[in-house]
Amino acid sequence: MNASLPIKHTQAETDLIDRFDAAKAHLPGSQVIVGLRDSAVSQIRDKGLPHRRVEEYKYTDLRAYMKSGAPLAGPATLDEVRAILDAQDSYGDLDRYRIVIANGRFMADVSDAPALAGEGVTVTDFSEALSAETAADLLAQPTTAGLDGVLALNTAFVQGGVLLVVKEGAAVSKPVEVVHVGTGSGALVTRSKITVSKGASLRVLETFAGDTGNGEINAVFDYHVADGAKVAATRLIAGDADPARLFTTIATIGAEAEFKSLGFIAGPSFVRNQQFVNFTGEHSEAKIYGVSMARGEGVADQTLIVDHAVPHCNSREFFKTVLDDRARGVYQGRINVAPHAQKTDGEMMTQALLLSEEAEMANKPELEIFADDVICAHGATSGQMDEDLLFYLRARGIPEDEARTLLVLAFLSEAIEEYGEDDVTEGLEARVRDWLAAKN
Amino acid sequence: MPAVQETIDQVKAIDVDQYKYGFVTDIESEKGAKGLSEETVRFLSAKKNEPEWMTEWRLDALRRFKQMAEPDWARVSYPKIDFDALYYWASPKSVEGPKSLDEVDPELLATYEKLGIPLAEQEILAGVEPKNRVAVDAVFDSVSVVTTFKEELKKAGVIFCSISEALREYPDLVKKYLGSVVPVTDNYYATLNSAVFSDGSFVYIPEGVRCPMELSTYFRINEQNTGQFERTLIIADKGSYVSYLEGCTAPQRDENQLHAAVVELVALDDAEIKYSTVQNWFPGDKEGKGGIYNFVTKRGDCRGKNSKISWTQVETGSAITWKYPSCILRGDNSRGEFYSIAVSNGFQQIDSGTKMIHLGKNTSSRIISKGISAGKSSNTYRGLVSAHRKASQARNFTQCDSLLIGQDCGAHTVPYIESKNASAQFEHEATTSKISDDQMFYCLQRGLSEEEAVALIVNGFVKDVIQQLPMEFAVEAQKLISISLEGSVG
Repeated sequence: MNASLPIKHTQAETDLIDRFDAAKAHLPGSQVIVGLRDSAVSQIRDKGLPHRRVEEYKYTDLRAYMKSGAPLAGPATLDEVRAILDAQDSYGDLDRYRIVIANGRFMADVSDAPALAGEGVTVTDFSEALSAETAADLLAQPTTAGLDGVLALNTAFVQGGVLLVVKEGAAVSKPVEVVHVGTGSGALVTRSKITVSKGASLRVLETFAGDTGNGEINAVFDYHVADGAKVAATRLIAGDADPARLFTTIATIGAEAEFKSLGFIAGPSFVRNQQFVNFTGEHSEAKIYGVSMARGEGVADQTLIVDHAVPHCNSREFFKTVLDDRARGVYQGRINVAPHAQKTDGEMMTQALLLSEEAEMANKPELEIFADDVICAHGATSGQMDEDLLFYLRARGIPEDEARTLLVLAFLSEAIEEYGEDDVTEGLEARVRDWLAAKN
Repeated sequence: MPAVQETIDQVKAIDVDQYKYGFVTDIESEKGAKGLSEETVRFLSAKKNEPEWMTEWRLDALRRFKQMAEPDWARVSYPKIDFDALYYWASPKSVEGPKSLDEVDPELLATYEKLGIPLAEQEILAGVEPKNRVAVDAVFDSVSVVTTFKEELKKAGVIFCSISEALREYPDLVKKYLGSVVPVTDNYYATLNSAVFSDGSFVYIPEGVRCPMELSTYFRINEQNTGQFERTLIIADKGSYVSYLEGCTAPQRDENQLHAAVVELVALDDAEIKYSTVQNWFPGDKEGKGGIYNFVTKRGDCRGKNSKISWTQVETGSAITWKYPSCILRGDNSRGEFYSIAVSNGFQQIDSGTKMIHLGKNTSSRIISKGISAGKSSNTYRGLVSAHRKASQARNFTQCDSLLIGQDCGAHTVPYIESKNASAQFEHEATTSKISDDQMFYCLQRGLSEEEAVALIVNGFVKDVIQQLPMEFAVEAQKLISISLEGSVG
């Protein structure tokens, strides 16, 4: 194959390239960032959006899905943002701090930065940080990601985000909600870097409110978990928006640290939730959970690479998927164990429940192992609802609809409960019920 | 402590060049023109007196092949193959086909003897115990030299002959089924095979016949620089049964030898085919030099209702193994099975697995794969299980386990599980581990030596698959695994 052969651009690719030319001058960043943006756009120009011939996107053809590329959203007004925030109910009245990123830009006026400062957390505007001469590492790519197309799109267009730094030993008392707000005026492209210093702990709630019109959301969360630190990141993606919703988590985990995450997808039509987890210190643990629900023509893609580059680390991956109508679920998970990463313990499980005849599930749980003294296992199941269980419940007088709800809830709750963040369990389970109720 | 130190030392101490079957038989052989061209294909086809349609079929494949790019997705690496440096025709020089074993070149017979297939003995055995008879279609380089038991099989109506012969005697059958499971342009190496396949076995089991004996082909790659392109076609007509054994050994050579075979199985209504392979080609010397490239396309089509195809393989040889024996479960209630042991040592690279494609209703499949990697080898299981829209009530159970011996080897699992039908029920599980200290401790406590303990544990690890092999092969398979891991397992 001739690599230099120019590809024929789709409408979306043409739009994105045009968008870049139009936005280039206004996007934040120093000269070095401009260089990174240029090479990311060249990648899109040369290779196009990721498509099914790219192994990592075999089941999630972004090139075929994205029909157009809307312009980037302009700045939002405070009133618009307040109205959307008042209307959203991500976690009800859960006591939490809030950081707001509206139309891709950090909004200090509606964020709890001063209160967080009291807890040892500094909050900085990501777009300002990008103008430093040494800002390149703010856009660093995980080694396991290769030339990922979604990350390239993010680098090319990133508008802003936040930098959170939790100081050494600080245990932040309340969860911090990082909420993305869209006012319906275009694409949101953000990147945030969250550094949790030695021995500190932080709980993050990543939520999304409002909508983006015809534009995509592309959000990257880059977690740096220092030695002995603890992070729990809960990502809630709900709603019915049509444009592509692309999320990336990068986690770099030090020694004796813990990183937990839950990617919760309820309903929007095209979601790619990808995570790149890297161990850099020994005796650490990563627990990655996923709950996906999709219906209609929706696509829910959970993609994950856990890189055990050092010995003595444990990882647990547990993913649940429920599909209805003609929805498609995708799980691609890979555990890498580097040579000499002895005593690795990796356990991966993916389970899918298909509620309709036409739903589709693709599971691809991979193991790539180069060390001998390890215990790694993976499991994958897919099937329909167990009629015996349904019969059992109905025989006890529970109406069919309710019995089905109970069974789906029980199926998904396994992952939510094992995730074990009590603050959010109730809220997420309510989401599952809402999703099921919305069917009728 | 990673793996038992002693085990590691022993694995290191194993010279993979202890290859038992490394010898060259000096028989005059006739070679066709070097290089891959229309001329070569015509020469080959003419040499075999093939009908015109077959020559065209080959030429068409060659044209397609020229337009294809070599696939690079497998986890194997090797220097680029120069297809123009290969010979596409080699046959032992003999003017006429031998009438009996006496007429066969004694050196050839001696070769087989070294390999442990005493053909002469087979004839004697013939009258004794019909149940244990094995019919051997011996393939020495490219041409079937001797076929035993033909007469007996004929009585049952079974056709068991070389593909070249089948092309002459049963052209309609060949024309109907050849390329119907593995299409000409299926993949790079299958297309190459379609263009230049030299010979292979043809089996046809008529309706309602249970093949009276197990059929077997021993492949032998002998002539230097000879790519072997075997083509096997097995058709089990309605309600029939056949068990086919394939075993391979090759002499030691410095140059890499290419083997790109195609095996097609067709099972019609209620028919069953059991295909077993023990593969022990030269894996390369201790520096990883030489060794066979084994790029094989094997596929079975459960075309009829209630049909069944079962693949069992023991892979211990070859420098590179790249094969995915698959089942297309087209007929309702059909069943596919795949049992595999893949042992890699030294610098061997294995990328193998299976595909179970559920198309019909109530189809079921079962995959048991056991990979053992040692030395500096790489062992990958790559498999696909898919249920299409109409495959209601499809069932699959997959288990793939890997065992690692030593720090320098790799074991990978790449399963694709695609369900497009809600009533399809798929279960997949995979584990990777070393021999656990607990297991060792338990065995040692009971007075076993470390050697014996490892042997016991490895045998237990592969037991599920060994049990699926026909008796003759089970013994050979166990022996081969021992040779492959010599020093670390007893």
